[in-house]
Amino acid sequence: MLKVAYFPGCSLSSTAKEYDISTRLVCEDLEIDLVEIPDWICCGATTAHITSELTAAALPAKSLVWAEKQGLNITSPCSACFSRLKMAHLHIEKDPKLKKEVEEVIGEKYNGKTEVMHLTRILIEQYGIENIKAKIKKELKGLKIACYYGCLMTRPAEVCVNDRVENPMLMDNLVKALGAEPVKWYYKTECCGAGFSLTKTEIARKLSGDILKEAKDCGADLVMVACPLCHSNLDARQPEIAKLIKTELNIPVLYFTQVLGLALGYNSMDLMLNKHFINPKPLLKAKGIL
Amino acid sequence: MKYELQLKNIAEGFRKDVENLSQQKISNCYQCGKCSAGCPVAYAMDYPPSMIMRMVQLGMHDQVMSSNTSWYCVSCETCTTRCPREIDIAKVMDTLKIMAQAGSYKLSENEIPIFDWIFLKSIELTGKIYELGLIGAYNLLSLHPLKDIYPMGLKMIIKGKINFIPHLFYNPSELIKNIRMFKLIRKKDRERIYEKNA
Ligand code: SF4
Ligand code: SF4
Repeated sequence: MLKVAYFPGCSLSSTAKEYDISTRLVCEDLEIDLVEIPDWICCGATTAHITSELTAAALPAKSLVWAEKQGLNITSPCSACFSRLKMAHLHIEKDPKLKKEVEEVIGEKYNGKTEVMHLTRILIEQYGIENIKAKIKKELKGLKIACYYGCLMTRPAEVCVNDRVENPMLMDNLVKALGAEPVKWYYKTECCGAGFSLTKTEIARKLSGDILKEAKDCGADLVMVACPLCHSNLDARQPEIAKLIKTELNIPVLYFTQVLGLALGYNSMDLMLNKHFINPKPLLKAKGIL
Repeated sequence: MKYELQLKNIAEGFRKDVENLSQQKISNCYQCGKCSAGCPVAYAMDYPPSMIMRMVQLGMHDQVMSSNTSWYCVSCETCTTRCPREIDIAKVMDTLKIMAQAGSYKLSENEIPIFDWIFLKSIELTGKIYELGLIGAYNLLSLHPLKDIYPMGLKMIIKGKINFIPHLFYNPSELIKNIRMFKLIRKKDRERIYEKNA
């Protein structure tokens, strides 16, 4: 049985509850044991690394040290948290002075034994596509999905293990295995402007608008994401964006765990599909999936 | 935006400061322009990333520090991933922001530092981000009290996506430990900037 330390992150306990719930549900179904880190603290997000290198390394280090003590690898479904945990590890390893300072402020030793993996890798790579295939209850026939990776789960190159930085295929392979059709499109790693969602909103709207338009033009029925920040830009801001660019978008945005959950036979209540701004139910009903 | 190179614009040691703090060899940049070509926000910047790199090489500290470039960097890491000289440009952008906030330069941007201050306070006091408090305090302090309240904020509340009560530490001793850690970090940060700028 696969056992891994679970770092949900702040978004997953509020704006992205459905991502947390669907993650836990799917992992339970696949018998992957997620051990939530007790009293975990925020990874610091972009804010920490643009204000202080030490804050950016120390906040994630606390969780890394906990996981290390339990002898577990660590995962987060949120691309931003994943990136902060991974980058903190890489920076601490590279810079002995930073390591010393981190150990001093958190008051614990850092050995760097724990590997940080995004949830997509745990499910698709470690658990394995073949094993997932064996569990499928309902094939997602006829659904065209644009897999959107965004920035932080693939960049910089050091965090992108076993995949191509400029054209990642991990989620596309999953979609294919579930019986749906991954759309070929060119914006899968473009930035949605997540860090500016609340401060420089006009930039976030423009970047997210370009992504949504491209997905639509390439014939996608829905966009699949693996990050709560991408999701809130593409879904919750979609009505504003559609108005701004004067185009009818109406393209549902689902988490990859929700898409996987549908194939494992869960219904819209289990997966909290009603939490999305753009309602995916009409589409899924039309395709005979719900 | 164009820049003009004049002797009086050049600050000896600026390049060294940036290189030391970011631990990146900026003098390695050979101006291929890949970073600017891939940057999603280059269109809104005073100078695109490659131009900033050149200006740092030349030591044009006033123009670099007063430009909006680093504040418009969204940390997407595209430049870092593609640079043929293996310069972590995104980290250089972070460094420029950290230097600007360390007080020796006039800030060309106010809203992001306000946001960051509230964000970090929230982590210090609760261990996590308390969105409602974050958005409320940010809107008030940045003087856009109603931003994102309607329709997005309201709909988020209706859909149960916003918590009204902040998350708290289960264990009060963790709170004390956390506050102590932040205090120590601030002290170390001051030493770090001082030592590298000295
Ligand atoms: S990609 Fe690297 S070498 Fe090319 S201009 Fe940018 S910083 Fe310089
Ligand atoms: S990290 Fe910043 S500078 Fe680099 S490409 Fe992204 S937005 Fe532009």
